[in-house]
Amino acid sequence: MISSLLAPLLGGALIGLSASLLLLANGRVAGISGIVGSLLAPVRGDIAWRVLFFGGLLTGGLLLAWLRPGSFAPPASLSAGGAGLLVAAGLLVGFGSRLGNGCTSGHGVCGISRGSARSIAATLTFMATGVLTVFLVRHVL
Amino acid sequence: MRSNISAFLSGLLFAIGLGVGGMTDPANVLGFLDVAGNWDFRLMFVMGGAIAVHAALRPLIHKREEPLFAAKFPSFSASRLDAKLLVGAALFGVGWGLGGYCPGPALTSLATGASRLLVFVPAMFAGMFLAQVLQVRRVRGKTGWRCSSTGTRSSASCSRS
Repeated sequence: MISSLLAPLLGGALIGLSASLLLLANGRVAGISGIVGSLLAPVRGDIAWRVLFFGGLLTGGLLLAWLRPGSFAPPASLSAGGAGLLVAAGLLVGFGSRLGNGCTSGHGVCGISRGSARSIAATLTFMATGVLTVFLVRHVL
Repeated sequence: MRSNISAFLSGLLFAIGLGVGGMTDPANVLGFLDVAGNWDFRLMFVMGGAIAVHAALRPLIHKREEPLFAAKFPSFSASRLDAKLLVGAALFGVGWGLGGYCPGPALTSLATGASRLLVFVPAMFAGMFLAQVLQVRRVRGKTGWRCSSTGTRSSASCSRS
């Protein structure tokens, strides 16, 4: 049990270090939806670091796929219904994170770390609707 | 230049943390959100670990006058809770519960080229774009000002339309 908690703790610590590095070096909050989403309405002089952060995410993904392939969901073919569900999920995640000014990283990690009431409220809200959605999908429908 | 290297390293570290922590497998995420089923509470330790480390380092970082490679630290206005924040967060949570992906893990997993990410990520960007278009319209309609970015306050640049 203890060893199965070590990986989540270590992973979390690395995320906390990453957010700290970005704040110390670049003076930026490590909110993924904000960093990447702002590329859709680029502001001159504020693009390169966002692209490179995104590049770092992808490079990390490649490293994981190479060294720790079990990190990802096993490959699965997309049935028609599965694709529709994923499109709906993606639209909601993208729309909601930009409308609410943050996602799990920006509100959940960085915002709570700074004791922001807005971020605590946002985190409780998306946790609640996430739990409710999984409950409806798995136990009611 | 140095700020670009640090941004890259931060993204790299973030992705590895997500993978090691188990956030890049939607089965873990959905198991964590399934409190009424066989609840898998382990992901709580990912967020707990991240918050503990960042909350401990933040005050040390803010002892500096300014960041290493940038002019200033972010400033946060003490804005109150508003409907936009809560509605956005609520919709985000529904999408998270449906797909098991939030933005960071989705973009990290994109590197595997798995077909589900090739569907999810474009849809996510479309949703982000839609939210930005709607907000720009609202801002313009209300104030006569046109903002080229509705992202972080510091990056928004506005001009009279």
